[in-house]
Amino acid sequence: MKADPHGVLTGTHFLDGDHACCEGALAAGARFAAGYPITPSTEVVERFAARVPTVGGTFIQMEDELAASIALQGGVWGGAKAFTVTSGPGFSLMMEHIGYAAMTETPCVFVDVQRGGPSTGLPTLPAQADMMQARWGSHGDYEIIALCPNSPQECFDLTIKAFNLAEEYRVPVMFMMDEVVGHMTEKVVIPPADQIEVTPRKHTRKSVEDYLPYQTNGDMVPEMAHAGEGYKFHVTGLTHDERGYPNMTPPVQDKLVRRLQNKIRSAADRICLGEEDRLDDADIVVVSYGITSRVAQRAIDAARNRGLRVGKLRLITAWPFPDKKIADLAAHVKAFVVPELNLGQMVREVQRAADGKAKTVAVSHAGGGVHNPDEILNAIVEASRC
Amino acid sequence: MAKGRVSIVVERCKACGFCVEFCPTHVLALSSAFNSKGYHPPHVVHPEKCSGCDLCGMYCPDFAINGTKVPQSGGGAK
Amino acid sequence: MLNILDDTANPVEPFLRGDRMPHIWCPGCGIGTTVNSFARALIDSKIDLESLALVSGIGCTGRVAGYVKLDSFHTTHGRAIPFATGLKLANPKLNVVVYSGDGDLSAIGGNHLIHAARRNIDLKVICVNNLIYAMTGGQTAPTTPSHATTSTNPYGTFEPAFNLPHLVEAAGAVYVARWTTFHVRQLARSISEAFQKKGFSFIEVISPCPTLYQRRNKMGDGLDTMKYYKERSKIKNGAPTSEVGLTLNGEIVVGKFVDRDRPDYQTMMRAQYVEILGERYIEESEMECVCG
Repeated sequence: MKADPHGVLTGTHFLDGDHACCEGALAAGARFAAGYPITPSTEVVERFAARVPTVGGTFIQMEDELAASIALQGGVWGGAKAFTVTSGPGFSLMMEHIGYAAMTETPCVFVDVQRGGPSTGLPTLPAQADMMQARWGSHGDYEIIALCPNSPQECFDLTIKAFNLAEEYRVPVMFMMDEVVGHMTEKVVIPPADQIEVTPRKHTRKSVEDYLPYQTNGDMVPEMAHAGEGYKFHVTGLTHDERGYPNMTPPVQDKLVRRLQNKIRSAADRICLGEEDRLDDADIVVVSYGITSRVAQRAIDAARNRGLRVGKLRLITAWPFPDKKIADLAAHVKAFVVPELNLGQMVREVQRAADGKAKTVAVSHAGGGVHNPDEILNAIVEASRC
Repeated sequence: MAKGRVSIVVERCKACGFCVEFCPTHVLALSSAFNSKGYHPPHVVHPEKCSGCDLCGMYCPDFAINGTKVPQSGGGAK
Repeated sequence: MLNILDDTANPVEPFLRGDRMPHIWCPGCGIGTTVNSFARALIDSKIDLESLALVSGIGCTGRVAGYVKLDSFHTTHGRAIPFATGLKLANPKLNVVVYSGDGDLSAIGGNHLIHAARRNIDLKVICVNNLIYAMTGGQTAPTTPSHATTSTNPYGTFEPAFNLPHLVEAAGAVYVARWTTFHVRQLARSISEAFQKKGFSFIEVISPCPTLYQRRNKMGDGLDTMKYYKERSKIKNGAPTSEVGLTLNGEIVVGKFVDRDRPDYQTMMRAQYVEILGERYIEESEMECVCG
């Protein structure tokens, strides 16, 4: 379906990433947000709080991130598209409810504008050190989707994508910004509403008698109902059967948890987005994401100017990880160079997917700033000598 | 004729005794028989005393008993 | 197979997921009794069941959500109230009931309890208080009376307990009552009254946990506890909530303590937006359907 024009601020704007993310959420149809203030993410919901009363929706500032991350799910089951926004310390508090959303298949978006950690860390300075937490932070086996914008324009475009993926797969989607992307101001073009495709909720058309809340029809994603429609359905974070009833047996656990994983894993090729450049003749591939990809671009250009055969793979989708893409490249290239604002997170995934067929070089940075392009260039030069 | 009667779902009973204790007209007693879980469900010992007040139903934590009013036949006859 | 001696239906039956019976609650546990009163209140207040959603947290009382035939949400530990807040704000037409235990609502969920009362979110909260963490084995709760023995205070508790009616009144609740599982009709009436209120309503129900609280404190079984409630409860409607704290073996003050009016969250929100934004304000109920 097309975007509700009420929420679409069509035009050319000069916005920072946080504000662009908010506009993306509104364009995607988000009409409920629950938040708790935390630097450097708060501007997203500040703008939402100002905008949403004029488009027909609600923002509530909750008492903490635990409350925000579950209130938004109440909003979803009440019939809204909903999201919350936070940064590292708040993201840590939200972990249980990411698990709840995964288990109950509540479509929603968690925006994490990453800052330096651990703990309170660097409130106003960037990092990309929540990437593994986004994937593994809640307990138990589950899958999520994570997207990594590298510009305010992408903060707009990919926020819509995040909501669409959440609805299509009934999964919590992590929107992994970072402080620099959140606070950088650039041109953002917002198209007319009729040019914005939004994914409707996978709402059941079945009668009350025929509806089973967690029954699937081939595609592994069950149909949803909302409270107040007469379905009288039950939702629980306990292991549950197709009726949504608790069932504490290994076969039901196996069936449910495998489906929660497989609905994402089996669709990884369709979900995974990346930006590629000059991979055809590359010996070295720089794999990066978020703000680091913009620093890496300069290093790649400099390396090309020196005659080095370097290509770019920018991860737009971090989770599910593009295993296949990395494996295909690993068969042809000498090395992957992976700069990131952490001491080695996604590089481990690159290494795993490369499976020994190509060398993997981490260019780590503890956060608080961005890499100097020369650090990445040096790593490229070093890798090309192998 | 009794003004009410009691319905019992024996298999749901866990023999807490609330219904027996709080029946205002002492209609019930715990039976010596067992249900399949090994509990002694209540049984009706004074059916004629039942007023159909459903206090047993309101107390029963296992949704295993309730009382209902029985329509009294004949107008005016006492 | 059920041995139904008589086909006269139990009035609670239409509100239950019959295919999930029997429930997991222990013999003599009072939670089921509170559900009877809840069902009678739904009948008496003629609530449209399709517009009614019930939200529970975790614990023995948290299992209520799984047994009632309503749109029902068994959420995470302590978070029934914020979930219910989101549900109510996204769909203001819903009647939202929070049905959970003392540990869930006042310990891990204590922050949400006071803030929802402060905001006066239009929620009906039924708090079954068995004075203990029951599901996990009888550990000390914020409601455990001083000197009671628990699995984590084997030599007796010494920390003061919360007086929940006092707490929620101070935080802003518009309706506050307490009953025990002995007071089934009064409880049903209170729940009906709460449905007539707009705003944060809180009904505490003192309930036996014979397996973990009464047994460890040598108070007998569920029936003995019900007799204790009958003998030692004192109905004091309008009692100052500062005077209704519970003690180990003492009097239990029950009744309707608070019944007052102040605008609920959504009423205040709309008034504010109308005043400031005028015609630019679009009510949240005019939200476009997300289903395409």
